[in-house]
Amino acid sequence: MAMLSFERKYRVRGGTLIGGDLFDFWVGPFFVGFFGVTTLFFSVLGTALIIYGAALGPTWNIWQINIAPPDLKYGLALAPLKEGGLWQIITFCAVGSFVSWALREVEICRKLGIGYHVPFAYAVAIFAYVSLVVIRPFLMGAWGHGFPYGILSHLDWVSNTGYQYLHFHYNPAHMLAVSFFFTTTFALSLHGSLILSATNPAKGETVKTPEHEDTFFRDTIGYSIGTLGIHRLGLFLALSAGFWSAVCIIISGPFWTRGWPEWWGWWLNLPVWR
Amino acid sequence: MKIFFVVLGASIAFFLTVAMFGTSGWTRPPLATAQTGYRGTAMDQVHTKAGLAEVKEANVAPAAADPAEEDGELAGKTYENVQVLGNVTTNEFNRLMASMTEWVAPEQGCTYCHNTENMADDSLYQKRVARRMLQMTQHINSDWKANHVGSTGVTCYTCHRGQPVPANIWFTNPGPNHSSGFVARNNGQNMASPSVGLASLPYDTLTEYLADKNIDNNAIRVNGTTAPPTTKGKPIQDAEKTYGLMIHMSEGLGVNCTFCHNTRAISNWSQSTPQRTTAWHGIRMVRDINGNYLEPLASTFPPNRLGVLGDVPKVNCTTCHNGQNKPLNGVNMVDSYPELTKSTVLAGTPPADPTAPAPAPNP
Repeated sequence: MAMLSFERKYRVRGGTLIGGDLFDFWVGPFFVGFFGVTTLFFSVLGTALIIYGAALGPTWNIWQINIAPPDLKYGLALAPLKEGGLWQIITFCAVGSFVSWALREVEICRKLGIGYHVPFAYAVAIFAYVSLVVIRPFLMGAWGHGFPYGILSHLDWVSNTGYQYLHFHYNPAHMLAVSFFFTTTFALSLHGSLILSATNPAKGETVKTPEHEDTFFRDTIGYSIGTLGIHRLGLFLALSAGFWSAVCIIISGPFWTRGWPEWWGWWLNLPVWR
Repeated sequence: MKIFFVVLGASIAFFLTVAMFGTSGWTRPPLATAQTGYRGTAMDQVHTKAGLAEVKEANVAPAAADPAEEDGELAGKTYENVQVLGNVTTNEFNRLMASMTEWVAPEQGCTYCHNTENMADDSLYQKRVARRMLQMTQHINSDWKANHVGSTGVTCYTCHRGQPVPANIWFTNPGPNHSSGFVARNNGQNMASPSVGLASLPYDTLTEYLADKNIDNNAIRVNGTTAPPTTKGKPIQDAEKTYGLMIHMSEGLGVNCTFCHNTRAISNWSQSTPQRTTAWHGIRMVRDINGNYLEPLASTFPPNRLGVLGDVPKVNCTTCHNGQNKPLNGVNMVDSYPELTKSTVLAGTPPADPTAPAPAPNP
């Protein structure tokens, strides 16, 4: 892969967190770095173990392959390889590769002298995953509470985990997360359609400027958040969705064991109208 | 003005936050979880260790009374008007009467049911109800042994827990009496009723699903049994009623949906746990108890024991289970009271009629 002509000036040395100059080079368009090596190591090992786990299982049907966590009886200990141990190692590899990738992003940010917004955003996604397979199982006292690795099997896990609390839609953090997911989609569709409309004017006219865009929203809803603001808002909405998703599952079990509808008893019992 | 609203809003938010954290009953680890399905399916029961210990403590079965001395004389010969327990020895009969007092009316004592001037007198309604309840207990322990109660069985204490009226009974709920106004018609739902775990689901599902004595009527299944379904199926309102009943069962037994179901296919028996079979029979047992043993007592109970619609107090899953999947920590009490596990009518005794009016009190 050839380097673009202007790209050379951004390929600066330094900024690494670990390993000094040792891995401070590019392969084609890709920066390597220490965390590039660890990303590669964990992701290749983890993927190979998933394929090994699939080979041990009864099916190669892509929908039905299932690598399940250990029985609850193993608690927070290591389980035999074929009885959930594989899941434990794959989880370790997954966390290792995700975190390595985030730190590699940090190194690239440092080289370029830009903010850490991208690795931070990605870290929220990692946090949501780690909540499911590390934090919550740890708080509940068994790795077996993590979700299984399989396309359909993880959906079955979601269904049963929801029904452990009788009616999961009453989970207040789940409500927030769902609202943020819808809102972030809504905001992105407003933003995307606005940009496309401004850059696709009628035949013979020039592309419109942000002033046109601002005017559109001022005319429709009385306010335009602006060209930079929409991206701040988008980041906030998206990260809030992921953050509250993580909260909604961490509190289900460790901090609330009954049906979620019952949680609202505090509202029904407010002294105002009790 | 702006400052006023900022301060007002901030204080309301503050107090709501304090109320939410302080009064909603959050729990914390350590947890006691139990796996009910294949690993990784999330078919698990989730409780805190402290919560489980508390429930266990609150459901301790009382010790059985000392065994009665062997005695040839039958209660039906010794005493007058022994309609149900005639074929029990006098000593055993007296032992059971003493235990029943401990189980049902420990504060009120014998006089809760008996006229101590004449113990055979049936003038107190409590005695006539108790007689029917003895028949019911014997019926449950014999006819529902195979399908629901097992050899553990039930005694008066399983429901009564030292109280004349069990804590967990229910009446038909006619709902709020709004003939007009903002919520003139609520379709029987949206009341955050404790009977459905404070959900918005229909609050009076028990009358339809647990009160009919034709025990196989009112099937709770909503899904078709074939894929694709061959009939029109039931409306979504029926699904909500079934959901309400299921929440009642979960709350009553202290379990979640995955105790019986793999929720990827809730209706599918082959993916359900064996407990679902026990629960299926349990629904029918409750219908039998309510329809055949309690409803006939409508004229026996005084009006103050009846619901707003004049219906008798009825049982549901919670009445016996009281928050545990095995009532009273699964302890067997009936082995010490074998007379509660079979009919003990003395041959030649006229059958007890629970609905008979009270005889004129003896002068």
